[in-house]
Amino acid sequence: MSEMLSLSNDPTLFIAVMLAKILVVFIVVILIVAYATYAERKIIGHMQTRLGPTMTGPLGLLQPIADGLKLFFKEDIIPSQASKLAFILAPMMILVPAFITVAVIPFGDSITVKGYTVPLQISDLNIGVLYILAMSGLGVYGIVLAGWSSNNKYSLLGGVRSAAQMISYELAAGLAIISVFMLSGTLQLSDIVAAQSGSILNWYIFSQPLAFCLFVITSLAEVNRTPFDLPEAETELVSGFCTEYSSMKYALFFMAEYANMVVLSAITATLFLGGPAGPFPGPINLLIKVFAFMFFFIWIRATFPRVRYDQLMYLGWKVFLPLALLNIVITGAVVVF
Amino acid sequence: MIKEFIQGLSITAKHLLPGNSTTVEYPKQKLKVSERYRGLHRLVPEHDREKCVACYLCPTVCPAKCITVEAGEDENGKKYPTVYQIDMLRCIFCGYCVEACPVEAIEMTGEYELANYKREDFCFTKERLLK
Repeated sequence: MSEMLSLSNDPTLFIAVMLAKILVVFIVVILIVAYATYAERKIIGHMQTRLGPTMTGPLGLLQPIADGLKLFFKEDIIPSQASKLAFILAPMMILVPAFITVAVIPFGDSITVKGYTVPLQISDLNIGVLYILAMSGLGVYGIVLAGWSSNNKYSLLGGVRSAAQMISYELAAGLAIISVFMLSGTLQLSDIVAAQSGSILNWYIFSQPLAFCLFVITSLAEVNRTPFDLPEAETELVSGFCTEYSSMKYALFFMAEYANMVVLSAITATLFLGGPAGPFPGPINLLIKVFAFMFFFIWIRATFPRVRYDQLMYLGWKVFLPLALLNIVITGAVVVF
Repeated sequence: MIKEFIQGLSITAKHLLPGNSTTVEYPKQKLKVSERYRGLHRLVPEHDREKCVACYLCPTVCPAKCITVEAGEDENGKKYPTVYQIDMLRCIFCGYCVEACPVEAIEMTGEYELANYKREDFCFTKERLLK
C-alpha cells in the first residue's frame, strides 16, 4: 500500500488533486441539478399523460439552458420595504450549505496518483455525518431569512413553516441515522462505507429497513419536496418564502432545492446502500443510486398531494419520532445481546 | 394506507410507459375538426361566380353585425353582391348567416387558424371568401 497523499509529502500535487476533485464534483453536481429540472418536467409530464418540454432542442434537451438564460436576463427586483442585506444573502445561504455538503461524500475507492494514494472523497472528516446534519440544518436559515426579509406575509409564513418543519423532521432523521452509527461504530463516512463493503447483504438497508424508510421520508421533508413542500405551498402561500424573489436569486432557490435533492440522495446511498459499492466503477455506482433516489423523489411529486400542516406535525412528532426511538432501542438490544 | 400509496404510485408509473401521452403537438400535428365545425366562412361558387343573390338576410340576422353586403344587378338583370365583406374581428361564428341563407350560398369551413398581424387582414372580402 502506497503512502496517502497529504499536504506534508507533496504540497503542490495535493493542492492540484484537491482542486481537480472539487471542480469535478462541483461540475457534476451542477450538471445533475440542471438536468434534474429537465428530468423532473419530462417525468412528471409523462406521468400526467403530457409530454413535458419538447421544443427547445432535440426532445427539449436544451430547456435547462434556456430556463437559465431567461432567468438571468430577468429584472432583479428588491422590494422597497425589504431588509436588503438579508434579502440578498438568503438565496446564497441556502445554496452554499447544499453544495458544501457534497465535500464529505465518498464517491469511489482510492486511486493512485504518482505513487500516492488519493481517496475519491474531497474531505474525509471523522465527524462526517454530524457535518452533514449541521449543513442541512444551516440550509433552513436561508429560507427563514428569505421569508422574513421579503416583508411579505406569505413569505414570512413560508419561512416560519420551514423552520417548524425542519425542527420536527431533523430530529426524526437524526435519530434514524443513529441506528446506523450503532452498527458501524463510526461517524466517518468512509468507514461507514467500508463497514457495508463485501456483500450486498451488508448494506444497512437490509439490517436497518425502518431507519432507511424513515430517513428517506424525512429527507423529503428536509428538502421541502412534495408531499412536504409546505414552505412554498402555492395554493395557500402564493409561492411561500420565494414570493418576492425574481431573476437569478429565484433561480438560486431552485438550484438549492435540486442540489439538496442530489446531496440527500447521495447521503442516503452512502449511509444505507453501500455508497460507491456495486458492479461498475465507484462514481458510476454512486450516480446510479443517486439517480434512482431522484427518480423516486420526482415520482412521489407526480403522485401525492401536499399534506396538511397539522398532518405534517402529527407525522413528524407522533409517528416518525417514536418509530425512530423504537428503532434505536431494537438496534441497541440486537447490538448488545 | 400503505396500499393506497402503492396504488397511486403504480398508476403514475403506468402512465410513464411510452404511448400513454394524450398531448397533440399542435402545429406539427392537427386534430381533424368535425364536419359541423363553425370556422371561416366560404361563399359557395356557382359556375364562374358566387351563388349569392344579395337578399340581405345574412346581414339582417347577424347578431354581431359583421357582414356588409351591397347589391347590384348584372347584364341579365340578376341580383348579385357587388360587395360582400365579413369582419372576422367582430364575427362570433354563430352560423346564423348559413341558416338564414335561402340559396345556400354561404357555408362554414373547418378552417380555424385565423390569426393575423394586421387589422385589415381580418376583413374578408368577396374574393377571399370565394376561395
